[in-house]
Amino acid sequence: MDFFSTAFAIIYQFGDAFAFLVLSAAGLAVIFGMMGVINLAHGEFIMCGAYVTVAVARMGVPLPLAIVAGSIAAGLVGLVIERLVIRHLYHRPLDSIVATWGISLIATQGVLIVLGSTMQGIGTPLGSVQVGALSYSTYRIVLMAAAVLILLVLWLLFYRTRYGVIARATIAAPQMARALGVDTRRVYALTFALGAALAGLAGGLYAPTMTLVPTMGATFIVESFVTVVVGGADIFLGAAPAAAILGVIRAGLTAWQGQFFGQIGLLVAVILVIRVLPNGLSGLILGNRR
Amino acid sequence: MTSTFRPTRLLATAAIAAIVAGPALAQDPIKIGVLEDQSGDFAAATTVKVHAIELAADEINEAGGIDGRPIELVVYDTQSDNRRYQEFMRRVLQRDQVDVVFAGFSSASREAYRPIVNQFDGLAFYNNQYEGGVCDANMIVTGAVPEQQFSTLIPWMMETYGPKVYTIAADYNFGQISAEWVRNIVAENGGEMVGEEFIPLGVSQFSQTIQNIQEANPDFVVTLLVGAAQASYYEQAASANLGKPMASSVNVGQGYEHKRFTPPSLANMYVTTNYIEEVDTPASKEFLDKFHAKFPDEPYVNQEAANSYIAMYLYKQMVERAGSTDHDAIRAELAKGDVCFDGPSGNVCLDPKSQHMSHTIYLAKVEDDHSISFPTVWEDIDPYWLGEAGCDLTQNDPSAQYTPSNPPAQ
Repeated sequence: MDFFSTAFAIIYQFGDAFAFLVLSAAGLAVIFGMMGVINLAHGEFIMCGAYVTVAVARMGVPLPLAIVAGSIAAGLVGLVIERLVIRHLYHRPLDSIVATWGISLIATQGVLIVLGSTMQGIGTPLGSVQVGALSYSTYRIVLMAAAVLILLVLWLLFYRTRYGVIARATIAAPQMARALGVDTRRVYALTFALGAALAGLAGGLYAPTMTLVPTMGATFIVESFVTVVVGGADIFLGAAPAAAILGVIRAGLTAWQGQFFGQIGLLVAVILVIRVLPNGLSGLILGNRR
Repeated sequence: MTSTFRPTRLLATAAIAAIVAGPALAQDPIKIGVLEDQSGDFAAATTVKVHAIELAADEINEAGGIDGRPIELVVYDTQSDNRRYQEFMRRVLQRDQVDVVFAGFSSASREAYRPIVNQFDGLAFYNNQYEGGVCDANMIVTGAVPEQQFSTLIPWMMETYGPKVYTIAADYNFGQISAEWVRNIVAENGGEMVGEEFIPLGVSQFSQTIQNIQEANPDFVVTLLVGAAQASYYEQAASANLGKPMASSVNVGQGYEHKRFTPPSLANMYVTTNYIEEVDTPASKEFLDKFHAKFPDEPYVNQEAANSYIAMYLYKQMVERAGSTDHDAIRAELAKGDVCFDGPSGNVCLDPKSQHMSHTIYLAKVEDDHSISFPTVWEDIDPYWLGEAGCDLTQNDPSAQYTPSNPPAQ
């Protein structure tokens, strides 16, 4: 195999791991980083996005629109759940963990009862590309681009829009923001919905490549929590670099010793980070800056 | 609740109940515990087993029950969770006092509950294909085992496609032991293992694995993946245009992936199974018609459904011949070696030495449009390995699981 195709193989595998980590963690990172709520129903928002995407796509709607529909549906569900449950638990983080876990169990079992144990998929679009001796799924390259694009859009949203300024102000000093006339409740509600919509987007993007079952969210959970824990509270200074580092660990160990060691590598990384950097990468970066 | 306590009505109800129950008093029901996953990771493949048992119970009850005694099912949802199996196994054996238990999908769950069956000296049917080797007098296994599925499948694949084999398997006892069987059979037939990878349960992303397979360039891939998460492999392999023929003992026949996934992601998959709903025999058609009459929305009738159904009739036959539900009496009938049943999958018989079942093994091929064809059929394949290796439950009961690298002590 020549140099170019070897390099492409390595970059592709890293990009694939990175995309999965970023997309699965983005929604969780926004909700945790901005609101301090640990959302154990994260996987079920992903499942919601995936199911809606597939259902809409099978009605004949083009896949990109279907993915947007899945994301919006998850966001709306997030808005309702914020209103009914999360809102009442903002200053009770442990209670919100239990509550979101309960929501997760209800969602999984509810989907099982209503829609059955499995749903037919839609197939992965775009076919494959041949590089050197190996062939790759084109759609997964789209997923990598989507991961980068989402980070970019989130950065623009939080640092270049009015909502972003207000949201960051609310997070940094809620009393002050309220004194200045910001409706902090509304900001929290929108932020939670945004996190849910991002989870739904991850589900929609991965729906064509996966088996659709009520428990599918669980396969994202380890990766998303690992990324957020390693990254810390800030999505840009934390989750994104964490996903890059973990992507290297994941892809490297999996290539070297198989999936089992890829999994172990992620978990060992978390243990080390919790021990050495309790505030994650963003804590380290922000700490040095001060 | 608006109703008030009415002693007279209660008395009347009790009297009617007594009259109705009167003639049946001598005919206590035979209680059958059913522990299967109706939710969780495995539910797609196992809910149908419960339905098959319900179908058989209804048929038997309508025809007068087992030896005149009606069947009463005690069903618990084990939620694809090994701890639930242990909890519910204790409950059915201790509190519900069932006569027999039908239990388990994954080998991990079977090994979780088997010590409890032994502890309370219960009798359990394991109606699932698995990695083989359980030599336990308290267990009767109706599922197919490696010598039935692999010693037919692997040589056929090697002859058809070539000698280089790559195995990907779920990383627990089922996958590890099945992979060992594949390794041995490949070596015996002069082939070569060009790769082997074990995937933790719950993993759903396979890019690196697919690349490893491409680099090793096998003639075919043996896929021993388990659970809904790992099933994502096929879609991802197809979209990366891997294009290798696949051989499996678990797909199609359990999780009907060819129905759930978009064609052609499963094209060129070969599976050895003892039953699937596409089997085109009059007995299979009749079974399928009865199934759909009772469960019109059943997504797929798989091999485990057939095995569960067959197991009910085998149990009925043994109890009627023994004249009791006593386990020793039942096993004495089994030991005669002529407990057979001609059911949806053809004629099957229980082997006295291992208490496993003979099967007709169908080689199912998934076509490009995900229809099924049967390139070949092997009839009356015995579960010979345990007996040849030295397991003889008519003589002693080691209650152990053996593997080719860890056979019974001779």
